[in-house]
Amino acid sequence: MDGAVGFVEEPHVLAVDDNLIDRILVEKLLKNSSCKVTTAENGQRALEYLGLVENNQTSSNDNASKVNMIITDYCMPGMTGYELLKKIKESSVMKDVPVVIMSSENVPTRINKCLEEGAEMFMLKPLKFSDVKKLRCQFLCSSTVRAS
Amino acid sequence: MQRQLATMKQSLFDQGYLDEQFVQLEELQDEVNPNFVEEVVTLYYRDSVRLVQNLEQALEKNPLDFSKLDSYMHQFKGSSSSIGAKKVKIECTQFREYCRTGNGEGCKRTFQQLKKEYATLKKKLEVYFQFARQVGPVEKARRPK
Repeated sequence: MDGAVGFVEEPHVLAVDDNLIDRILVEKLLKNSSCKVTTAENGQRALEYLGLVENNQTSSNDNASKVNMIITDYCMPGMTGYELLKKIKESSVMKDVPVVIMSSENVPTRINKCLEEGAEMFMLKPLKFSDVKKLRCQFLCSSTVRAS
Repeated sequence: MQRQLATMKQSLFDQGYLDEQFVQLEELQDEVNPNFVEEVVTLYYRDSVRLVQNLEQALEKNPLDFSKLDSYMHQFKGSSSSIGAKKVKIECTQFREYCRTGNGEGCKRTFQQLKKEYATLKKKLEVYFQFARQVGPVEKARRPK
């Protein structure tokens, strides 16, 4: 990559949602915005993908360094999106990666909690194409994506 | 024939079966996924069968576990909302309201209504998709008025 101006060709987004239909939708929305997408059905799987289990910072994989943004549902069984957000922010490898939280419910305390914990944005589901385009522009253009 | 398809679709919107989210799905359809909408809807119906079963079983318990019922319905509402199933979503919302107030009879009644809407939409969409396949790939979705 030669430090070109403009958008990064294919940013990699990790999308986490326990709902199958929503996973498919968010994946398609992101792919249609020229993103490479990895999906995870819960927080645990997301952390495993990122190599962040057991607070082991020395990942057995280099997935973490390739992910440019994480978008996660809030309400998930086991680990909520908020808890996942916290774990990501605790990680030295991942803490600067933008995390976006989605929810079907507009709960101000929930939203504030997530933003305070470091989420870049809170979006209401179902996501629209215009939402994803906004994310793409705001968080995934070359000036904000670190070199891989 | 394309006009007939458009009319069919318009009527689904006018009668409140579908909302704007369905249009979002259509806008995602492209050469890579030319049958995206039909695939997602099919998956929705397949995936929600177990939720319907879970709800049915949970509604037979005595006493009712409203928290569990609400949790199932949260899932169901999410998926229904994501495909633009407007009437189904409305019943889901009503159901959750009854869960909140601990109204078991309300839940049961609403669930029956929900199943009706869910089945009706399925039939209507089957006809719609069948017709759409005959018409062939159309250019990008036209927004209903």
